[in-house]
Amino acid sequence: MGAVNGNGKATLATVWLGGCSGCHMSLLDLDERLLDLASKMELKASPLTDYKDFPEVDVVLVEGAVANSEHLEHIRTVRERSKILVSFGDCAVTGNVTAMRNAFGVDDVLNTAYRDNSTVIIGIPVGNHIVPGLLERVRPVHEVVKVDYFLPGCPPSADAIFEFVAALIEGREPSLEGRKFG
Amino acid sequence: MTFEDLLEQQAKEIARQQGLRERIYCCTAAGCVSSGADAIKKAIDEEIKARGVGAEVECCGTGCMGLCSKGPLVRTQSDGTIYAAVTPEDAGALVAGQGANLLADRKLDPQADFFIKQEKIVLANSGTVDPERLSDYIAAGGYQALARAVMELTPQQVIEEVKRSGLRGRGGAGYSTGLKWELVAKQPVDTKYVVCNADEGDPGAFMDRSILEGDPHRVLEGMAIAGYAVGAQQGYIYVRGEYGLAIQRLQAAIKQAERERLLGSRIFEDNFQFRIDLRIGAGAFVCGEETALIASIEGKRGQPRQRPPYPPESGLWGKPTLLNNVETFGNIAPIVAKGGDWFATIGTPTSKGTKVFALAGKIENTGLIEVPMGTSLRTIVFEIGGGIPEGRAFKAAQTGGPSGGCIPPQFLDIPVDYESLHKIGSIMGSGGLIVMDDTSCMVDVARFFMDFCMDESCGKCIPCRAGTVQMHDILQRITKGEANENDVALLEQLAKLLRETSLCGLGQTAPNPVMSTLNYFSGEYEAHIRDHRCPAGHCVLPAAASSNREVQA
Amino acid sequence: MSVRTLEIDGKAVTGVAGQSIFSVAWDNGIHIPRLCHVGGVSDVGACRLCMVEVEGQRKLVAACMTPVEEGMVIRTNTEQLLAHRRLIVELLFAERNHICAVCVVNGACELQDLAASLGIDHVRLRYRFPTLSVDTSHERFGLDHNRCVLCSRCIRVCDEVEGAHTWDFSGRGVNSLLISDLGEAWGESESCTSCGKCVQVCPTGALFAKGKMVSEMRKDRRFLKYIVTAREKHEWVR
Repeated sequence: MGAVNGNGKATLATVWLGGCSGCHMSLLDLDERLLDLASKMELKASPLTDYKDFPEVDVVLVEGAVANSEHLEHIRTVRERSKILVSFGDCAVTGNVTAMRNAFGVDDVLNTAYRDNSTVIIGIPVGNHIVPGLLERVRPVHEVVKVDYFLPGCPPSADAIFEFVAALIEGREPSLEGRKFG
Repeated sequence: MTFEDLLEQQAKEIARQQGLRERIYCCTAAGCVSSGADAIKKAIDEEIKARGVGAEVECCGTGCMGLCSKGPLVRTQSDGTIYAAVTPEDAGALVAGQGANLLADRKLDPQADFFIKQEKIVLANSGTVDPERLSDYIAAGGYQALARAVMELTPQQVIEEVKRSGLRGRGGAGYSTGLKWELVAKQPVDTKYVVCNADEGDPGAFMDRSILEGDPHRVLEGMAIAGYAVGAQQGYIYVRGEYGLAIQRLQAAIKQAERERLLGSRIFEDNFQFRIDLRIGAGAFVCGEETALIASIEGKRGQPRQRPPYPPESGLWGKPTLLNNVETFGNIAPIVAKGGDWFATIGTPTSKGTKVFALAGKIENTGLIEVPMGTSLRTIVFEIGGGIPEGRAFKAAQTGGPSGGCIPPQFLDIPVDYESLHKIGSIMGSGGLIVMDDTSCMVDVARFFMDFCMDESCGKCIPCRAGTVQMHDILQRITKGEANENDVALLEQLAKLLRETSLCGLGQTAPNPVMSTLNYFSGEYEAHIRDHRCPAGHCVLPAAASSNREVQA
Repeated sequence: MSVRTLEIDGKAVTGVAGQSIFSVAWDNGIHIPRLCHVGGVSDVGACRLCMVEVEGQRKLVAACMTPVEEGMVIRTNTEQLLAHRRLIVELLFAERNHICAVCVVNGACELQDLAASLGIDHVRLRYRFPTLSVDTSHERFGLDHNRCVLCSRCIRVCDEVEGAHTWDFSGRGVNSLLISDLGEAWGESESCTSCGKCVQVCPTGALFAKGKMVSEMRKDRRFLKYIVTAREKHEWVR
């Protein structure tokens, strides 16, 4: 990839699709190194900030698999507005735990969650603006949009994240050392 | 039985047959049986009985007469006429000798291209002898080649004869039969085996089945000669379980041959002994692969193993094993009887003799044919095969089944032999020839064959087991308009992987239908992917507008 | 014992007649990737990861199944071979449900290691997500078909070393499934001696010891060397 250009700081966003947010926790585990990054990057949007409309950014880290209709719509917008899209963590890269439901089918999953095990309101929620419809199959991000980089791990370690983001800012290829897959 | 006995039986049977006023041959091979031949045979037999003409008229079942699409077929000995689409109601006319008058409209023209452009060696007896009667085979000169081999030739001389003939394996790969025999003969081991591969499994292929159903003794004789040549005393025929009629006729033929001491011990009063047993396959295509077939005979899971060692060195139960295909064995008796030099005059410089093909698909004359090697595809499809029905255009011919490729119209004039077919990305294969017209979608054809390979993969090696599944998935997505160019690149990488790293021929050749269609019909792949259109009008694709918003990595 | 001299990846090496390319390479520090091979039991050449190029031969050969010959010139890590290996490992990840995050051997898994060493960071193929079961009927061990790569190590160690032949495959192709005895639950198997050898040779978390949490299990195959040395050399040494 080329260096992240722009006037002043590079812009960054993070996105949370079908995942446990553990990858974001790992990002926060950068601790004081976050300050380092903050001096070089501007965080434009993330699950931790409030945004109505996804902004144009240089780099976006996408956590989670594409599991429902909202994810599908959102990831397409994110792709259009980002220069570099990174599949961030195993759910984004492989589907991981989020995709474990694929072996059972949507109906079984919904029935188990909303009928068999529900004690308060029994019934599958329907209609728009209530719960986004589940996709027939949970998919890794690269099955849906073009992905530029993959950062596997469940979650990726803080060190791996730091090396990765630092490399992107500096315009060099991230080192794969010590990385595992799956 | 001595050689003299054999000749005497032959003379007796010929005289008996000639003494009949009429001998009615009713095709009772699988094709005609499926269109009602059994009822016809029964009606004719009853008619003979009812008229009390049993002494002068005889009806016998035979093997395939070739023109399956016009069946059920019946041939009358007196004038050699073949009648098409016969019904049980025709029995009276046939028995009365009135066929020429009453069934004139269904007489097949013996001068038609279908008949005169063929040359029959392997199928010479098919349709002219009763496969259930040994004496019919003996009347046709049967077992004289075995007698000649055992009584006049040394094993080495038999092998020389086969080498001189230039015969190559008819199972598909085309290895020199004589060399293979020599390899087995050379092994300094007492126990050796001869195995006949009758696990024919290519979709649309029924050559071996027809040979076994139509002339089982020919195969037994070929195997016995092979046993004599390589020094084996035991043969096995590995026949697929779906071929009930072939199994039944083989069992009967083995019994008859044993009773007449043409198999068993002291064959032709010589010290040579040879037994043949059947082993019935249980429905796995991969058991046509030689090492898997051997494992299956041994009672193990039918999975291939690494070669070398090749079966001629270490085969069945670790012993040197000669493994040939049905059609290969079918060529042996004529070669030994008439000499390898005679055989070598037929065919092309590198591919000698004839080849049996099963014509199927969009072709007027579906059925079984035998042509000299080197006959052009055009002759096979348009002259012998009668061209494409309903005036449609020829699009491709598929040879070699799931291991073969699709041959486009620009190669219609190439000679059909091992090398030429290989050069254009297909293979001779075992003889399946499926013709496709302009309504066939070539992507879907590739998908069909990949589906077959995926289903038949044994699962031992990863590239074949998991790779066929992924290739099939991509092909399926192309036919549904859900794929993009990256998928095609991945398809090509998978094809290369399977070719270069699969354990056995099944996986190594599974990509062939894909690669040949990608090569010659890439436009059809593009139309599906880019325009969401199936040029043949076969696949149902969603409109392009709703399409590929998905960009792939 | 006759010696064979050959070249592997530009390095002059020697082996003995009958020794496989794979074994000679490892003896010389050239670690050809493998999944179905495990020292101490027979080789089957099924995973195709150890395919190598031999100069003068048209086809690639499986290093584990090919004996060394005098003067061979072998390459084990050309771009093409690496590409093939990557795709084979991707095929495995896509074939079943390898959810490493919830696996007992996460971090100590041969499939994971292969992926990492081949630089795999995502799978280009479509995941199949088959519906597969987990057999926990045995009192000490479990079998998770989701993680099985069908390498047949367990079958061979059970047959050749333990002598029980509890394991084998049923079905074929992508529907192949590891079964105990004639398809009974493992816990009901009459032939199983509960020795645990299969669990230790399993390259993934498909066969596991009960009572272990995610990433807790480590497999130990030293017993194989001990048994094989004892059997072949009659030396009972660890």
